[in-house]
Amino acid sequence: MAILGVARRAVTARHSAVVRTTHWLTTLAFLALLVTGVEILISHPRFYWGEYGNILTTPLFKIPIPASRGTVPTGYGYVLPDQNGWSRYLHFQAAWVAVLTGLLYAAFGVFSGHFRRNLLPARSDLSLTGVTSVIARHLRFKRASEDEPWSYNVLQRLTYLLVVFVLFPLVIWTGLAMSPAIASAFPAAVIVLGGQQSARTLHFFVSIALVLFLLVHVAMVCLAGFRQRMRAMTTGRSATNME
Amino acid sequence: MSKVSRRKLISGGLAVAGGASGIAVAAKLARRYGLIPPDAGGLYGPGEMLTYAAQRVLTRHSLAREFSPSQISTKPFANAVDPLGETFKQLQGGGFADWRLAVDGMVARPASFSVAEIKSFPRRSQITHLACEEGWSYIAEWIGVPLSYILDAVGTLPQARYVVYRSFQPDWWESIDMADALHPQTFVTHGMNDGGLPVAFGGPLRLRVPRQLGYKSVKYITRLTVTDSLKRFGKGLGSAAPEGGYAWYAGI
Repeated sequence: MAILGVARRAVTARHSAVVRTTHWLTTLAFLALLVTGVEILISHPRFYWGEYGNILTTPLFKIPIPASRGTVPTGYGYVLPDQNGWSRYLHFQAAWVAVLTGLLYAAFGVFSGHFRRNLLPARSDLSLTGVTSVIARHLRFKRASEDEPWSYNVLQRLTYLLVVFVLFPLVIWTGLAMSPAIASAFPAAVIVLGGQQSARTLHFFVSIALVLFLLVHVAMVCLAGFRQRMRAMTTGRSATNME
Repeated sequence: MSKVSRRKLISGGLAVAGGASGIAVAAKLARRYGLIPPDAGGLYGPGEMLTYAAQRVLTRHSLAREFSPSQISTKPFANAVDPLGETFKQLQGGGFADWRLAVDGMVARPASFSVAEIKSFPRRSQITHLACEEGWSYIAEWIGVPLSYILDAVGTLPQARYVVYRSFQPDWWESIDMADALHPQTFVTHGMNDGGLPVAFGGPLRLRVPRQLGYKSVKYITRLTVTDSLKRFGKGLGSAAPEGGYAWYAGI
């Protein structure tokens, strides 16, 4: 039976071609969005709540970094070079890649059963003891179970669902809510968030959440076996097949 | 060659041909409906094209949000501008009595208006949000005349597609498509918050384009040129913004 099981797995890809392609396209787009987002932030490292805010109004908070504009009172005696032109061009181009890739992934996830099979947690796993036992295993740095390269545990499933269905839609929404043209066509999308400056502040916080996810995600990939997991997400094969 | 691989080759070839002709048809339609921005070439062209086309389709007639007088910023920020020089100071000293706004290009009756004439045109006001691409913003009341009124007065020719507008500052010039030029909230403004338009905010005359970011609302405007093509202006990218590395379309 065990031999049969291995043989079956050897021909089944760990991740489907659509998941692998959209994963790496999203990775590229996200890194471009992150770098350019930081550059745009540097031109005005202050955040506000409500409809408007500028250097003459009280900020909600400031990021203690120098700015790329001389008009911003940062306390630093120098001004960084302006990178907003290409950063804005690339930010929106990468956002298009992320959105179109995301739509392809979402359509695939629904119609192929990927969401139902791989991301939706089993009802039995959703109990408090089910979740806490996975957390306890992580905290004790226990090695992953033998099944884990082939299936996500309940914590992974919940995290991926949060990223796919909450954080990515939110970061796109808050980003679009800053656009004056989009605000003219869909004013409710801005009002619900509390105003255009609130949208900008929320965009920043959701981005921070996505960066935290990225850091933990990469750390877990390293802990679980970097080469093996990278191979699974690139060629679709898992190294356990060969052993 | 086996049958399967030949079949694959044929279907693959058909898919490529279909995809390519699909893109060609989309490009033709986009050009026909004016959905391609002048700075669509280059590395970031695809993103610019998608943004401009998508926003034009979604927002052609949408109105910028208007606010109540109680929401007007008590501390609007004018932003820094390059020194305006002696000639500007002389004009300012004369109360801008000699300031002219020329309107030329594809119009039936080219004209030149004084600030007093502009002020005698029907007066409209709007309380809208002005956002800078850097991230800051303010809400103010803008008083002026809709640009469409001036364009009607000079008789815009039917082939007009863009309006190019120039500032007293030689390196600040912009252009907008007719959807924005004829938009009811695009104003030639001469007043702000129930008073005159301070020089710091663009006085004596500023073009206000509330559905785009602040750099499209050019201060100290002196000339409007109606045209069917942006190729002949500057480097042909549409405005000073793309020449400085910024997008021509600033609705986002």
